[in-house]
Amino acid sequence: MIKQLNTHLRKICFGLLVAAPAVQAQVSDGVVRIGVLNDLSGTYAGLSGPGSVWAAKQAVADFEPEKHGLKVEVVAADHQNKPDVGASVARRWFDVDKVDVIVDVPTSSVILAVNEVVREKNKVLLVSGGGSSDLTGKACSPNTIHWTYDTWALANGTGKAVVGSGGKSWFFMTADYAFGHALERDTASVVEKSGGTVMGKVRHPFPGTDFSSYLLQAQASGAQIIGLANAGGDTIVAVKQASEFGITAGGQKLAGLLVFISDVQALGLEAAQGLMLTAAWYWDMNDASREFGRAFAAANGGKFPTMAQAGVYSAVTNYLRTVAVNNDDGNGAEVVARMKAVKTEDKLFGEGSIRADGRKIHPLYLFEVKKPSESKYPGDYYKLLSTIPADEAFRPMSAGGCSLVTLK
Amino acid sequence: MATLFDVPLSALTGQLMLGLVNGSFYAILSLGLAVIFGMLRIINFAHGAFFMMGAFFSWMCLNYFGVNYWWSLLLVPLTVGIVGVVIERALLQWLYKLDHLYGLLLTFGMALIIEGVFRNEFGVSGQPYAVPEALKGAMNLGFMFLPVYRVWVIVASLAVCALTWFMIERTRLGSYLRAATENPALTQAFGINVPVMVMLTYGFGVALASFAGVLAAPVLQVSPMMGSQLIIVVFAVVVIGGMGSIFGAIITGLSLGVIEGLAKLFYPEVSATIVFIIMAIVLLFRPAGLFGRAE
Repeated sequence: MIKQLNTHLRKICFGLLVAAPAVQAQVSDGVVRIGVLNDLSGTYAGLSGPGSVWAAKQAVADFEPEKHGLKVEVVAADHQNKPDVGASVARRWFDVDKVDVIVDVPTSSVILAVNEVVREKNKVLLVSGGGSSDLTGKACSPNTIHWTYDTWALANGTGKAVVGSGGKSWFFMTADYAFGHALERDTASVVEKSGGTVMGKVRHPFPGTDFSSYLLQAQASGAQIIGLANAGGDTIVAVKQASEFGITAGGQKLAGLLVFISDVQALGLEAAQGLMLTAAWYWDMNDASREFGRAFAAANGGKFPTMAQAGVYSAVTNYLRTVAVNNDDGNGAEVVARMKAVKTEDKLFGEGSIRADGRKIHPLYLFEVKKPSESKYPGDYYKLLSTIPADEAFRPMSAGGCSLVTLK
Repeated sequence: MATLFDVPLSALTGQLMLGLVNGSFYAILSLGLAVIFGMLRIINFAHGAFFMMGAFFSWMCLNYFGVNYWWSLLLVPLTVGIVGVVIERALLQWLYKLDHLYGLLLTFGMALIIEGVFRNEFGVSGQPYAVPEALKGAMNLGFMFLPVYRVWVIVASLAVCALTWFMIERTRLGSYLRAATENPALTQAFGINVPVMVMLTYGFGVALASFAGVLAAPVLQVSPMMGSQLIIVVFAVVVIGGMGSIFGAIITGLSLGVIEGLAKLFYPEVSATIVFIIMAIVLLFRPAGLFGRAE
């Protein structure tokens, strides 16, 4: 009996060992450790995931740390989109593995949890994959920089630019939970402020499997623009079925409020053509980004980098520059303050700056997905409709309610 | 324009059609579950995974081997069916004597493993599968714009459902099957190889699921999660129809699709729960389900 129990216990221990998240543990000082914390296998693995880890490693390699007298390591872990898992990985990284900075972190609920841990431990958090605009609002922290995009910026950018280009009447298809409601509310207010009208909306369950019913209602509304206030798999199926039901062919346009290039690639151009979306970065914009995009695709099974993954590259590059100048990565809030004091620059995002509330500032772009006949080579997905200048792209600092700003 | 509760009748008819399309998927999936439960007394939680495998295999057929949709419709259910047979022989057959719970746990674990493998291999965003050339385009019915492919889904699944029903209820093979369910020992005494029948039944149920997967590939995104999103509703359908009732599964599948479609029109917020509300009500008054017999 005891022997049997023993065998069982051994099996369980072995199972736990195998199932534990892959976190590399090495204790040594004088090393800058970058922890990429994201969803490595779930819903958001396509837009961040292993691609972000690759981007972080690439940023380190391109920075050539040895020339700056630095030793840099990149570690990665899966937060499984669970706030408790994310927070406990962050704690272990800081306490045991001597990680200095956490990057990426998609999924709003996880970021908010990790944000608190980082502040408590006085380390650095550079958010690229996550979008909650609360990070530079009521949850802002002296240790955090929100790098690539946020939901407010995307809603604002798409709403304003689409109305400006003639899409005056809108119908919203909204995922029925907090994220969808916020996206719908932000976009609707921009649409109305810019002179457009909201003709109707439908709230679909999350996650949805079939959108044809809602699409038919959107079609019947006669609105020029169907705003998709949802994300990931919901957006993909909605766009696909819109093309099936001849909605885009009938003259109505779809505006995605949170669409990544990974979604477009998953849909294929046949179904995604005509979709309008806002992004902070696209690989086919200049020679440097093209070089990065092609190298990324070659290393990641033909998938092209999302803005979140490019943002990881940019964030890591700028972080390392700041650390190299002072040769100090110990005090997180100080590192972030020094990053805010200088202009940012890297080969993907060009020049930019970081505001006092932690918002990284750069232009955003309104794209339309190309027709299959317009696409000339792999990854040739978007055409640029307009550029939203950096000073208009993000929520004004005064409107966010960040305590770092009001204290000043 | 004629209206009903402020909704134009034309819109209502459109939604009813769409409900019927979704109902066809429910019908064919719950039919497979009902057949398996009827014969094996196994609650096949891996059904959604086999549905997903059907969609993925047809995607692979097209992209790796250039096999088109029509051949997939035949070959994929066969292949996945064989996978089912192997699983039945290797794992499931040892569980028949045990409590239902063991079968449920095993198939649930299998579903997680299968989904995990596909997720690891293909990522989560999924793969696009185009509508076959012959079924492209749409019909303008006056009240709605109905894609030809959706009509095909209704026709194909009704045909398969009818065939299955006929085979089980009206043929000699079907009568053996039913006999084997009622009293396996006695049926075996008549010289019928019951274990082989059970094995083939599981293979057939699994093949049905993958057939639905092939049908769904052009409508939904071919993604590792597509099965698990659908399977819970399908279980509710089977419970409402009555576990193990072939006819019940078909009728309940179709009608719940329609009811769900109406919910999406009148009160979208409840559309995800309406099936479960109905399930709760049915269980209150008819614990064996609408078409089930109390044992």
